[in-house]
Amino acid sequence: MTSNAESLRNRAFQAIRGQKPETVTVLSCLLAVEDELGYIPPEAAEEVARVTGSTINDVWGVASFYTNFQFQPPGRHRVEVCWGPTCHVKGVMPVIRQVMDILGIDGEGATEDGNVSLRFNTCLGACANGPVISVDHHLMGRITPDGARHVLEEIRNGIPSEDDGAS
Amino acid sequence: MPPSFEEIREQGIDRWRGLTQGTRPWVRIGTALCGKAAGADAVVASIVERMDQKHVSAMVSEVGCLGPCFAEPLVDVSMPDGSRVVYRNVTPELATRIVDSHLLEGQPLADAALGVIGNQLNGSIPSLWDHPMMKPQRRIALRNAGQVDPMDIHQYAANDGYAALHKALTEMTPDEVRQEVSDSGLRGRGGAAFPTGTKWNFLAGANDPVKYILVNCEEGDPGAFNDKGILESDPHSLIEGVILAGYATGATKGYVFIRHGHDGPIDRTWRAIEQARQLGILGRNIFGSNFCFDMEVSLTGDSYVAGEETALMESIEGKRAMPRFRPPFPAQIGLFGKPSNINNVKTLAYVPQIILNGGRWFAGIGQDRSTGTAILCLSGDLTYSGMAEVPMGMTLRQVVDEIGGGVPNGKALKLLQTGGPLGGVLSAVDLDIALDFDAMSKAGAILGSGGLIAASEDACVVDLTRALIAFCQYESCGKCFPCRTGMTHLLEVLERICRMDSTPEDMTLMGRVGRSMQAGSLCGHGQLGFNPVSSAVRYFREEFEQHLNDKVCPTGTCPGSWHSPTRVRR
Repeated sequence: MTSNAESLRNRAFQAIRGQKPETVTVLSCLLAVEDELGYIPPEAAEEVARVTGSTINDVWGVASFYTNFQFQPPGRHRVEVCWGPTCHVKGVMPVIRQVMDILGIDGEGATEDGNVSLRFNTCLGACANGPVISVDHHLMGRITPDGARHVLEEIRNGIPSEDDGAS
Repeated sequence: MPPSFEEIREQGIDRWRGLTQGTRPWVRIGTALCGKAAGADAVVASIVERMDQKHVSAMVSEVGCLGPCFAEPLVDVSMPDGSRVVYRNVTPELATRIVDSHLLEGQPLADAALGVIGNQLNGSIPSLWDHPMMKPQRRIALRNAGQVDPMDIHQYAANDGYAALHKALTEMTPDEVRQEVSDSGLRGRGGAAFPTGTKWNFLAGANDPVKYILVNCEEGDPGAFNDKGILESDPHSLIEGVILAGYATGATKGYVFIRHGHDGPIDRTWRAIEQARQLGILGRNIFGSNFCFDMEVSLTGDSYVAGEETALMESIEGKRAMPRFRPPFPAQIGLFGKPSNINNVKTLAYVPQIILNGGRWFAGIGQDRSTGTAILCLSGDLTYSGMAEVPMGMTLRQVVDEIGGGVPNGKALKLLQTGGPLGGVLSAVDLDIALDFDAMSKAGAILGSGGLIAASEDACVVDLTRALIAFCQYESCGKCFPCRTGMTHLLEVLERICRMDSTPEDMTLMGRVGRSMQAGSLCGHGQLGFNPVSSAVRYFREEFEQHLNDKVCPTGTCPGSWHSPTRVRR
């Protein structure tokens, strides 16, 4: 447990140090950590506070404000479904229903087996080809409930998506 | 010693000639967000693999968005003889056939083509610029989109790139640059439509050695993707605009502000900044002048309100993206306490062309006080969805019917949602409004950042309003309680209406909540947050009353299987 915490702390520190922008802030550090770990564990928040000279409360204050930050380890695969107005008009609601039914969850979060975590996104940026979902950062447009079922089956059967591990 | 402008330009023209008039074909594949969502990555892989198998020698480039996103993935093949064919909806299988037939045999696949550019190929394939979506367009900011490789600065240089910057730095004073922008009548394209020249004058008047140009590409509006589209398709046009803004106002540094996670636009902007640095276009003594300027990309987390200009500065400083009080205005005390200007991507992307061709040229396009073009994002129930640039003054009906090609499957259009969720809706019977900042605001609509979402007669307006308010509830930053709790109340009421579990008094309640939000919120999110409800009720009161009184949803949508993620603050 301790060594795991140390490893998280170390990976968080490396991610914070390796940032590209010159302007290093609490937010930029948190984003770097999330890219590396997929979530913000307490050890990482402590590292962010230490490096930026902020209080731990400041760090949690920023982290809890932006909706992209997760505080539990994510599932092995990450599915995001856009529920913005365009995707709504193009029929994303049955897709969301289908995804939640197949995953056996009722809202955002990870499945029991830790294989998939689901997030809702307010806009994935490919509105002209809505409804849009993203699987492990790989965008898929014009998705139907059947298409979503197919994608989730591929994940369940262990076929890695093209962008696997890209984050 | 960095290369001179002339050397950069010459190298660019050489590169461009090699690509367009060389001995090998040039294959351009659209891999912007729209292309990727349609499966462009697999198409690139398929083309490269097939070329390898068949020992075909051709240049392959990933480009941005040409505009007709409905036809993505697009593959654009130009041959050494100058002929150029754009293929639509390309699958990996079709990509293989394009290599075999077009690249190897010189036989274009007419059935799979969207159009040709330039030579007519005996008329077997119509011209792309005659396509209904493309014909009414006038491209200024999008002139290079989908045409040049966004990751090659020399291709930009070959197409008048950085010529405006060179002209400004060698022939014009900062005052003259600002005057040219004022003469153009350019107004901010982020939504507020504030005159850009005036904004720049405020910053130029601030006396501080450190000033910032902040580029807003937060673009959280669902249905708007043109800022990201420009960054993915032609990032150098933005960078040149930012440097010009810096020179005109005496600023020293530019920040491009993008939401984390949009990897395509972020990577391409970073690459472009690094290339510009390598050629000395960013950095010290640009083109041998005394002017020094640098840029970086600043990422934000998921927060819609971060696109508000003062919240944006809070976010760059690494804090919660909550709006600041004004005054002081950003041009006095802005980012890190320094004078700052916040401009939208589209606004700045026009600037190089305005400097090259003159402010009066730009002012001659469009109508009245809305000069230039509008860059639109069409999505929803339309035959042709995508990104288009048209002269201001065109009516919304023309946009929907001509560029958008109307609603598919013979359905009728019911409403348009313009200017982001806060812009509310317009009824299909009321679309003879010109694309014009003032005409639209007079009609109670917002052009905003150019997003137009069309909904057909199958859509339930109450359900859509619920979805829009669900978005606004989720994205309220929480600073002002009338917005934070008001949005939650509105959503609760709308969910009741959709469940047929409501009473007519609920309409009065929504009105009261809406007025409080308008009066008691610091930024547009709360001030305009009642727009989705008030505009929907204005045009579709009958449909609301059917839900309230008769417990009937005329389209059969409610109480369907919907899900609104609600935001609960920790």
